[in-house]
Amino acid sequence: MALTLQVTDIMKSYDGKAALKGCSFVFDSAGVYALMGPNGSGKSTFLRICALLEKPDHGDVSYFSGEGVLPPDRGLRRRITMVLPRVGVFNTSVFGNAAYGLHMRGYPGRETERRVHRALEAVGLVPKQRQNALTLSSGETQRLGLARALVIEPELLFLDEPTASIDEENRSIVEEIILRLKGEGRTTVVITTHDREQAERLAGRVILMHAGGIVGEKPKIE
Amino acid sequence: MDFIAEGFKKAFVLIVHFDGELLGIIALSLKVSGLALVISSVAGLPTGAFIALKRIPAKGALISVMNTFMGLPPVVAGLFLYLLLSRSGPLGFMGLLYTPWAMVAAQTVLAFPIVTSLTHAAVVGVDPIIRQASMTLGASPFQVTRTIVAEARYGILSGVMAAFGRVMAEVGAILIVGGNIAGRTRVMTTAIALETDKGNFELALALGIILLAISLMINVLLHLVQRKGSLRTELWL
Repeated sequence: MALTLQVTDIMKSYDGKAALKGCSFVFDSAGVYALMGPNGSGKSTFLRICALLEKPDHGDVSYFSGEGVLPPDRGLRRRITMVLPRVGVFNTSVFGNAAYGLHMRGYPGRETERRVHRALEAVGLVPKQRQNALTLSSGETQRLGLARALVIEPELLFLDEPTASIDEENRSIVEEIILRLKGEGRTTVVITTHDREQAERLAGRVILMHAGGIVGEKPKIE
Repeated sequence: MDFIAEGFKKAFVLIVHFDGELLGIIALSLKVSGLALVISSVAGLPTGAFIALKRIPAKGALISVMNTFMGLPPVVAGLFLYLLLSRSGPLGFMGLLYTPWAMVAAQTVLAFPIVTSLTHAAVVGVDPIIRQASMTLGASPFQVTRTIVAEARYGILSGVMAAFGRVMAEVGAILIVGGNIAGRTRVMTTAIALETDKGNFELALALGIILLAISLMINVLLHLVQRKGSLRTELWL
Protein backbone atom coordinates (compact mmCIF):
# COMPACT_ATOMS: atom_id res chain seq x y z
CA MET A 1 0.00 0.00 0.00
CA ALA A 2 1.12 3.53 -0.69
CA LEU A 3 0.09 5.01 2.64
CA THR A 4 1.16 3.86 6.06
CA LEU A 5 -0.60 5.19 9.12
CA GLN A 6 1.23 5.23 12.39
CA VAL A 7 -0.65 6.15 15.54
CA THR A 8 1.49 6.73 18.60
CA ASP A 9 0.25 6.97 22.16
CA ILE A 10 -2.85 9.04 21.41
CA MET A 11 -5.04 10.28 24.20
CA LYS A 12 -8.35 12.07 23.98
CA SER A 13 -10.85 13.16 26.55
CA TYR A 14 -14.20 14.89 26.37
CA ASP A 15 -15.28 17.06 29.31
CA GLY A 16 -12.61 15.53 31.49
CA LYS A 17 -13.69 11.99 30.66
CA ALA A 18 -10.99 9.96 28.94
CA ALA A 19 -12.10 8.38 25.67
CA LEU A 20 -8.67 7.16 24.59
CA LYS A 21 -5.85 6.34 26.97
CA GLY A 22 -2.65 6.03 25.00
CA CYS A 23 -3.38 4.01 21.86
CA SER A 24 -0.66 3.02 19.42
CA PHE A 25 -0.92 1.08 16.21
CA VAL A 26 0.60 0.88 12.74
CA PHE A 27 -1.56 0.26 9.71
CA ASP A 28 1.14 -0.77 7.31
CA SER A 29 -0.33 -3.19 4.85
CA ALA A 30 -3.29 -3.15 2.52
CA GLY A 31 -6.26 -5.16 3.66
CA VAL A 32 -9.10 -4.89 6.11
CA TYR A 33 -8.60 -4.05 9.77
CA ALA A 34 -11.47 -4.38 12.22
CA LEU A 35 -11.61 -2.44 15.46
CA MET A 36 -13.68 -4.42 17.88
CA GLY A 37 -14.91 -3.57 21.31
CA PRO A 38 -17.99 -2.81 23.35
CA ASN A 39 -19.83 0.52 23.16
CA GLY A 40 -17.80 3.30 24.71
CA SER A 41 -14.50 1.51 24.25
CA GLY A 42 -13.19 4.36 22.10
CA LYS A 43 -13.44 2.76 18.65
CA SER A 44 -15.17 5.70 16.97
CA THR A 45 -12.92 8.29 18.61
CA PHE A 46 -9.87 6.33 17.51
CA LEU A 47 -11.23 6.15 13.97
CA ARG A 48 -12.08 9.85 13.82
CA ILE A 49 -8.60 10.79 14.99
CA CYS A 50 -7.02 8.43 12.45
CA ALA A 51 -9.20 10.00 9.73
CA LEU A 52 -7.92 13.46 10.77
CA LEU A 53 -11.41 14.62 11.73
CA GLU A 54 -10.26 15.34 15.26
CA LYS A 55 -6.93 16.08 16.87
CA PRO A 56 -5.73 14.01 19.79
CA ASP A 57 -4.99 15.78 23.10
CA HIS A 58 -1.69 13.94 23.18
CA GLY A 59 0.22 11.68 20.83
CA ASP A 60 0.87 11.54 17.11
CA VAL A 61 -0.99 10.53 14.03
CA SER A 62 1.44 10.27 11.14
CA TYR A 63 0.93 9.23 7.59
CA PHE A 64 3.88 8.00 5.59
CA SER A 65 4.36 7.27 1.98
CA GLY A 66 7.49 6.45 -0.01
CA GLU A 67 8.92 9.92 0.46
CA GLY A 68 8.49 10.17 4.23
CA VAL A 69 6.02 11.78 6.64
CA LEU A 70 3.14 13.57 4.97
CA PRO A 71 1.88 16.84 6.40
CA PRO A 72 -1.79 16.62 7.49
CA ASP A 73 -2.90 18.97 4.73
CA ARG A 74 -5.70 18.83 2.19
CA GLY A 75 -3.53 16.79 -0.17
CA LEU A 76 -3.36 14.01 2.41
CA ARG A 77 -6.98 14.40 3.48
CA ARG A 78 -8.01 13.82 -0.10
CA ARG A 79 -6.24 10.46 -0.17
CA ILE A 80 -8.27 9.13 2.77
CA THR A 81 -11.95 9.23 3.68
CA MET A 82 -14.36 8.10 6.33
CA VAL A 83 -17.99 7.03 6.18
CA LEU A 84 -19.72 8.29 9.30
CA PRO A 85 -22.25 6.11 11.14
CA ARG A 86 -25.09 8.50 10.24
CA VAL A 87 -23.48 9.15 6.81
CA GLY A 88 -24.70 12.76 6.59
CA VAL A 89 -26.35 12.89 3.17
CA PHE A 90 -26.70 16.22 1.43
CA ASN A 91 -30.15 17.49 0.46
CA THR A 92 -29.70 16.71 -3.20
CA SER A 93 -29.98 13.74 -5.53
CA VAL A 94 -28.29 10.40 -4.96
CA PHE A 95 -26.10 11.20 -7.97
CA GLY A 96 -25.24 14.62 -6.55
CA ASN A 97 -24.22 13.05 -3.26
CA ALA A 98 -22.06 10.42 -4.90
CA ALA A 99 -20.40 13.02 -7.14
CA TYR A 100 -19.64 15.39 -4.26
CA GLY A 101 -16.06 14.32 -3.58
CA LEU A 102 -15.17 14.56 -7.26
CA HIS A 103 -16.73 18.01 -7.59
CA MET A 104 -14.68 19.16 -4.61
CA ARG A 105 -11.59 17.92 -6.45
CA GLY A 106 -12.57 19.65 -9.68
CA TYR A 107 -13.00 16.51 -11.76
CA PRO A 108 -14.42 17.02 -15.26
CA GLY A 109 -18.04 16.07 -15.91
CA ARG A 110 -17.45 12.99 -18.02
CA GLU A 111 -14.99 11.41 -15.61
CA THR A 112 -17.33 12.24 -12.72
CA GLU A 113 -20.24 10.56 -14.45
CA ARG A 114 -18.20 7.48 -15.25
CA ARG A 115 -16.94 7.08 -11.69
CA VAL A 116 -20.27 7.85 -10.05
CA HIS A 117 -22.04 5.37 -12.27
CA ARG A 118 -19.52 2.68 -11.39
CA ALA A 119 -19.82 3.38 -7.66
CA LEU A 120 -23.61 3.50 -7.71
CA GLU A 121 -23.64 0.28 -9.68
CA ALA A 122 -21.44 -1.35 -7.05
CA VAL A 123 -23.87 -0.40 -4.27
CA GLY A 124 -26.99 -1.04 -6.36
CA LEU A 125 -28.28 2.52 -6.37
CA VAL A 126 -28.25 3.32 -10.10
CA PRO A 127 -32.06 3.09 -10.37
CA LYS A 128 -32.37 5.71 -7.61
CA GLN A 129 -29.71 8.12 -8.78
CA ARG A 130 -32.18 10.92 -9.61
CA GLN A 131 -34.06 10.53 -6.33
CA ASN A 132 -33.43 12.91 -3.45
CA ALA A 133 -30.97 11.20 -1.14
CA LEU A 134 -32.94 12.17 1.98
CA THR A 135 -35.72 9.83 0.88
CA LEU A 136 -33.50 6.72 0.99
CA SER A 137 -33.92 4.00 3.60
CA SER A 138 -31.22 3.63 6.25
CA GLY A 139 -29.66 0.70 4.44
CA GLU A 140 -29.61 2.59 1.15
CA THR A 141 -28.17 5.61 2.95
CA GLN A 142 -25.28 3.49 4.22
CA ARG A 143 -24.69 2.20 0.71
CA LEU A 144 -24.74 5.74 -0.63
CA GLY A 145 -22.18 6.69 2.01
CA LEU A 146 -20.00 3.91 0.72
CA ALA A 147 -20.52 4.94 -2.92
CA ARG A 148 -19.60 8.52 -2.01
CA ALA A 149 -16.34 7.21 -0.58
CA LEU A 150 -15.67 4.76 -3.43
CA VAL A 151 -15.82 7.39 -6.17
CA ILE A 152 -12.80 9.17 -4.76
CA GLU A 153 -10.83 5.92 -4.75
CA PRO A 154 -9.27 6.47 -1.32
CA GLU A 155 -6.08 4.78 -0.26
CA LEU A 156 -7.41 4.51 3.27
CA LEU A 157 -11.10 4.07 3.96
CA PHE A 158 -12.49 4.31 7.48
CA LEU A 159 -15.94 2.87 8.06
CA ASP A 160 -17.54 3.58 11.42
CA GLU A 161 -20.14 0.91 12.18
CA PRO A 162 -21.09 0.52 8.52
CA THR A 163 -23.72 -2.13 9.16
CA ALA A 164 -24.90 -1.27 12.66
CA SER A 165 -28.45 -0.24 11.85
CA ILE A 166 -29.26 -1.95 8.59
CA ASP A 167 -30.98 -5.14 7.54
CA GLU A 168 -29.44 -8.38 6.39
CA GLU A 169 -29.67 -7.67 2.67
CA ASN A 170 -28.02 -4.28 2.92
CA ARG A 171 -25.40 -5.65 5.25
CA SER A 172 -24.35 -8.30 2.78
CA ILE A 173 -24.09 -5.70 -0.01
CA VAL A 174 -21.82 -3.56 2.20
CA GLU A 175 -19.73 -6.55 3.21
CA GLU A 176 -19.41 -7.66 -0.40
CA ILE A 177 -17.95 -4.29 -1.32
CA ILE A 178 -15.50 -4.37 1.58
CA LEU A 179 -14.35 -7.83 0.50
CA ARG A 180 -14.03 -6.65 -3.08
CA LEU A 181 -11.80 -3.77 -1.95
CA LYS A 182 -9.78 -6.26 0.04
CA GLY A 183 -9.39 -8.42 -3.04
CA GLU A 184 -8.30 -5.50 -5.20
CA GLY A 185 -5.60 -4.65 -2.65
CA ARG A 186 -5.46 -0.94 -3.46
CA THR A 187 -7.34 0.33 -0.43
CA THR A 188 -6.76 -0.21 3.24
CA VAL A 189 -10.10 -0.47 5.00
CA VAL A 190 -10.49 0.10 8.73
CA ILE A 191 -13.92 -0.68 10.14
CA THR A 192 -15.36 -0.53 13.60
CA THR A 193 -17.82 -3.19 14.60
CA HIS A 194 -18.99 -5.05 17.63
CA ASP A 195 -20.03 -8.01 15.59
CA ARG A 196 -17.35 -10.63 16.15
CA GLU A 197 -18.48 -12.75 13.22
CA GLN A 198 -18.44 -9.82 10.87
CA ALA A 199 -14.93 -8.94 11.97
CA GLU A 200 -13.91 -12.52 11.30
CA ARG A 201 -15.57 -12.53 7.89
CA LEU A 202 -14.04 -9.30 6.69
CA ALA A 203 -10.83 -8.44 8.43
CA GLY A 204 -7.32 -9.69 8.04
CA ARG A 205 -6.47 -8.24 11.43
CA VAL A 206 -8.80 -7.68 14.33
CA ILE A 207 -7.81 -5.07 16.89
CA LEU A 208 -9.49 -5.34 20.26
CA MET A 209 -10.33 -2.21 22.20
CA HIS A 210 -11.55 -1.84 25.74
CA ALA A 211 -12.08 1.24 27.95
CA GLY A 212 -10.13 3.59 25.70
CA GLY A 213 -7.17 1.35 25.06
CA ILE A 214 -6.01 -1.20 22.51
CA VAL A 215 -5.91 -4.36 24.56
CA GLY A 216 -4.73 -6.77 21.95
CA GLU A 217 -4.92 -8.15 18.51
CA LYS A 218 -6.67 -11.23 17.48
CA PRO A 219 -4.74 -12.82 14.66
CA LYS A 220 -6.94 -14.20 12.01
CA ILE A 221 -6.34 -17.33 10.11
CA GLU A 222 -6.72 -16.40 6.46
CA MET B 1 -69.47 46.39 2.51
CA ASP B 2 -69.98 48.71 -0.46
CA PHE B 3 -66.53 50.09 0.10
CA ILE B 4 -64.98 46.71 -0.46
CA ALA B 5 -66.97 45.91 -3.59
CA GLU B 6 -66.24 49.41 -4.87
CA GLY B 7 -62.56 48.90 -4.05
CA PHE B 8 -62.35 45.72 -6.07
CA LYS B 9 -64.18 47.38 -8.97
CA LYS B 10 -61.88 50.39 -8.89
CA ALA B 11 -58.79 48.19 -8.66
CA PHE B 12 -59.95 46.29 -11.71
CA VAL B 13 -60.67 49.51 -13.63
CA LEU B 14 -57.30 50.98 -12.66
CA ILE B 15 -55.45 47.89 -13.79
CA VAL B 16 -57.21 47.42 -17.11
CA HIS B 17 -56.81 51.10 -17.98
CA PHE B 18 -53.07 51.02 -17.28
CA ASP B 19 -53.32 54.24 -15.36
CA GLY B 20 -49.97 55.98 -15.87
CA GLU B 21 -49.73 57.42 -12.41
CA LEU B 22 -50.62 54.11 -10.83
CA LEU B 23 -48.07 52.25 -12.93
CA GLY B 24 -45.46 54.78 -11.89
CA ILE B 25 -46.30 54.21 -8.23
CA ILE B 26 -46.17 50.42 -8.64
CA ALA B 27 -42.87 50.61 -10.53
CA LEU B 28 -41.29 52.81 -7.87
CA SER B 29 -42.53 50.51 -5.09
CA LEU B 30 -40.95 47.53 -6.79
CA LYS B 31 -37.74 49.38 -7.59
CA VAL B 32 -37.27 50.69 -4.05
CA SER B 33 -38.20 47.46 -2.26
CA GLY B 34 -36.44 45.25 -4.82
CA LEU B 35 -33.20 47.21 -4.58
CA ALA B 36 -33.40 47.27 -0.78
CA LEU B 37 -33.93 43.52 -0.80
CA VAL B 38 -30.97 42.91 -3.11
CA ILE B 39 -28.65 45.10 -1.03
CA SER B 40 -29.78 43.61 2.27
CA SER B 41 -29.46 40.07 0.88
CA VAL B 42 -26.00 40.66 -0.55
CA ALA B 43 -24.90 42.05 2.82
CA GLY B 44 -27.08 39.96 5.15
CA LEU B 45 -26.51 36.52 3.69
CA PRO B 46 -22.74 36.40 4.21
CA THR B 47 -23.09 38.22 7.54
CA GLY B 48 -25.62 35.67 8.83
CA ALA B 49 -23.53 32.75 7.58
CA PHE B 50 -20.38 34.28 9.08
CA ILE B 51 -21.99 34.73 12.50
CA ALA B 52 -23.28 31.16 12.35
CA LEU B 53 -20.08 29.47 11.23
CA LYS B 54 -17.23 31.44 12.76
CA ARG B 55 -16.12 31.72 16.34
CA ILE B 56 -16.50 35.38 17.13
CA PRO B 57 -16.50 37.22 20.45
CA ALA B 58 -19.85 38.27 21.91
CA LYS B 59 -21.72 36.13 19.39
CA GLY B 60 -24.74 35.76 21.67
CA ALA B 61 -25.02 39.52 22.16
CA LEU B 62 -24.72 40.09 18.42
CA ILE B 63 -27.51 37.63 17.70
CA SER B 64 -29.72 39.25 20.35
CA VAL B 65 -29.12 42.67 18.79
CA MET B 66 -29.94 41.32 15.32
CA ASN B 67 -33.11 39.67 16.59
CA THR B 68 -34.14 42.90 18.30
CA PHE B 69 -33.56 44.87 15.11
CA MET B 70 -35.84 42.46 13.27
CA GLY B 71 -38.64 44.16 15.15
CA LEU B 72 -37.33 47.68 14.61
CA PRO B 73 -40.36 49.96 14.16
CA PRO B 74 -40.19 51.47 10.67
CA VAL B 75 -40.91 54.95 12.00
CA VAL B 76 -37.92 54.69 14.31
CA ALA B 77 -35.70 53.57 11.43
CA GLY B 78 -37.11 56.46 9.39
CA LEU B 79 -36.49 58.93 12.16
CA PHE B 80 -32.82 57.93 12.57
CA LEU B 81 -32.24 58.01 8.86
CA TYR B 82 -34.00 61.38 8.63
CA LEU B 83 -31.66 62.79 11.27
CA LEU B 84 -28.65 61.40 9.40
CA LEU B 85 -29.75 62.65 6.00
CA SER B 86 -31.32 65.98 6.91
CA ARG B 87 -29.43 69.08 5.81
CA SER B 88 -27.88 69.59 9.25
CA GLY B 89 -27.18 65.88 9.75
CA PRO B 90 -23.82 64.16 9.24
CA LEU B 91 -24.83 62.84 5.80
CA GLY B 92 -26.82 65.92 4.79
CA PHE B 93 -24.22 66.93 2.20
CA MET B 94 -25.28 63.96 0.06
CA GLY B 95 -28.67 65.55 -0.58
CA LEU B 96 -30.50 62.23 -0.40
CA LEU B 97 -33.47 63.20 1.78
CA TYR B 98 -36.79 62.98 -0.07
CA THR B 99 -35.30 60.90 -2.86
CA PRO B 100 -35.93 57.23 -3.70
CA TRP B 101 -32.35 56.51 -2.57
CA ALA B 102 -33.24 57.53 0.98
CA MET B 103 -36.20 55.16 0.79
CA VAL B 104 -33.96 52.35 -0.43
CA ALA B 105 -31.61 53.03 2.49
CA ALA B 106 -34.50 53.00 4.97
CA GLN B 107 -35.86 49.70 3.69
CA THR B 108 -32.39 48.18 3.59
CA VAL B 109 -32.02 49.04 7.28
CA LEU B 110 -35.29 47.22 7.94
CA ALA B 111 -34.59 44.18 5.75
CA PHE B 112 -30.94 43.58 6.67
CA PRO B 113 -31.54 42.25 10.23
CA ILE B 114 -34.27 39.93 8.96
CA VAL B 115 -32.09 38.43 6.22
CA THR B 116 -29.12 38.20 8.60
CA SER B 117 -31.03 36.69 11.52
CA LEU B 118 -32.95 34.16 9.48
CA THR B 119 -29.83 33.19 7.49
CA HIS B 120 -28.05 32.71 10.80
CA ALA B 121 -30.89 30.56 12.12
CA ALA B 122 -31.02 28.51 8.90
CA VAL B 123 -27.27 27.89 8.83
CA VAL B 124 -27.10 27.06 12.55
CA GLY B 125 -29.96 24.62 11.98
CA VAL B 126 -27.94 22.55 9.49
CA ASP B 127 -27.03 19.20 11.06
CA PRO B 128 -23.36 19.30 12.17
CA ILE B 129 -22.84 15.98 10.42
CA ILE B 130 -23.00 17.84 7.09
CA ARG B 131 -19.82 19.69 7.94
CA GLN B 132 -18.09 16.46 8.94
CA ALA B 133 -19.31 14.57 5.88
CA SER B 134 -18.10 17.40 3.68
CA MET B 135 -14.70 17.33 5.38
CA THR B 136 -14.33 13.57 5.02
CA LEU B 137 -14.96 13.93 1.30
CA GLY B 138 -12.06 16.30 0.84
CA ALA B 139 -13.77 19.71 0.77
CA SER B 140 -11.65 22.80 1.44
CA PRO B 141 -12.83 25.11 4.26
CA PHE B 142 -14.51 27.34 1.68
CA GLN B 143 -16.21 24.36 0.03
CA VAL B 144 -17.39 23.15 3.45
CA THR B 145 -18.95 26.57 4.10
CA ARG B 146 -20.56 26.57 0.66
CA THR B 147 -22.02 23.13 1.29
CA ILE B 148 -23.48 24.15 4.66
CA VAL B 149 -25.02 27.30 3.18
CA ALA B 150 -26.42 25.25 0.29
CA GLU B 151 -28.03 22.90 2.81
CA ALA B 152 -29.63 25.92 4.48
CA ARG B 153 -30.97 27.32 1.20
CA TYR B 154 -34.67 26.84 1.94
CA GLY B 155 -34.39 28.58 5.29
CA ILE B 156 -32.37 31.37 3.75
CA LEU B 157 -34.91 31.93 1.01
CA SER B 158 -37.64 32.05 3.64
CA GLY B 159 -35.65 34.84 5.30
CA VAL B 160 -35.42 36.74 2.03
CA MET B 161 -39.16 36.28 1.50
CA ALA B 162 -39.91 37.52 5.02
CA ALA B 163 -37.71 40.56 4.42
CA PHE B 164 -39.49 41.26 1.17
CA GLY B 165 -42.85 41.05 2.90
CA ARG B 166 -41.65 43.54 5.49
CA VAL B 167 -40.34 46.13 3.06
CA MET B 168 -43.28 45.90 0.67
CA ALA B 169 -45.73 46.42 3.52
CA GLU B 170 -43.75 49.12 5.28
CA VAL B 171 -44.93 52.73 5.27
CA GLY B 172 -43.48 54.58 8.28
CA ALA B 173 -39.84 54.78 7.24
CA ILE B 174 -40.32 55.69 3.59
CA LEU B 175 -42.95 58.25 4.48
CA ILE B 176 -40.47 60.06 6.74
CA VAL B 177 -37.41 59.94 4.47
CA GLY B 178 -39.24 59.94 1.13
CA GLY B 179 -41.89 62.49 1.86
CA ASN B 180 -44.58 60.89 -0.35
CA ILE B 181 -43.97 63.38 -3.17
CA ALA B 182 -46.24 62.69 -6.13
CA GLY B 183 -44.32 61.43 -9.14
CA ARG B 184 -41.05 61.26 -7.21
CA THR B 185 -41.26 59.35 -3.96
CA ARG B 186 -44.84 58.17 -3.82
CA VAL B 187 -45.11 54.41 -3.51
CA MET B 188 -48.07 52.12 -2.95
CA THR B 189 -48.12 52.11 0.82
CA THR B 190 -47.66 55.86 1.17
CA ALA B 191 -50.33 56.41 -1.49
CA ILE B 192 -52.72 54.16 0.45
CA ALA B 193 -52.03 56.14 3.64
CA LEU B 194 -52.65 59.42 1.80
CA GLU B 195 -55.85 58.29 0.07
CA THR B 196 -57.19 56.94 3.37
CA ASP B 197 -56.47 60.32 5.01
CA LYS B 198 -58.34 62.04 2.19
CA GLY B 199 -61.30 59.71 2.71
CA ASN B 200 -60.77 58.24 -0.73
CA PHE B 201 -61.37 54.71 0.53
CA GLU B 202 -62.14 53.03 -2.80
CA LEU B 203 -58.83 54.12 -4.31
CA ALA B 204 -56.96 53.22 -1.09
CA LEU B 205 -58.58 49.82 -1.12
CA ALA B 206 -57.87 49.36 -4.82
CA LEU B 207 -54.22 50.14 -4.20
CA GLY B 208 -54.22 47.69 -1.27
CA ILE B 209 -55.65 44.95 -3.44
CA ILE B 210 -53.03 45.58 -6.13
CA LEU B 211 -50.28 45.58 -3.52
CA LEU B 212 -51.46 42.23 -2.18
CA ALA B 213 -51.73 40.80 -5.68
CA ILE B 214 -48.16 41.90 -6.48
CA SER B 215 -46.89 40.41 -3.23
CA LEU B 216 -48.65 37.16 -4.03
CA MET B 217 -47.15 37.05 -7.52
CA ILE B 218 -43.65 37.71 -6.25
CA ASN B 219 -43.97 35.09 -3.54
CA VAL B 220 -45.19 32.53 -6.06
CA LEU B 221 -42.26 33.48 -8.29
CA LEU B 222 -39.78 33.12 -5.43
CA HIS B 223 -41.30 29.77 -4.59
CA LEU B 224 -40.73 28.63 -8.17
CA VAL B 225 -37.17 29.94 -8.07
CA GLN B 226 -36.68 28.04 -4.82
CA ARG B 227 -37.81 24.81 -6.46
CA LYS B 228 -35.75 25.45 -9.55
CA GLY B 229 -32.82 26.44 -7.33
CA SER B 230 -32.98 23.12 -5.58
CA LEU B 231 -32.83 21.35 -8.93
CA ARG B 232 -29.88 23.46 -9.95
CA THR B 233 -28.13 22.65 -6.70
CA GLU B 234 -28.60 19.01 -7.50
CA LEU B 235 -26.86 19.48 -10.81
CA TRP B 236 -24.18 21.58 -9.21
CA LEU B 237 -23.54 19.03 -6.52
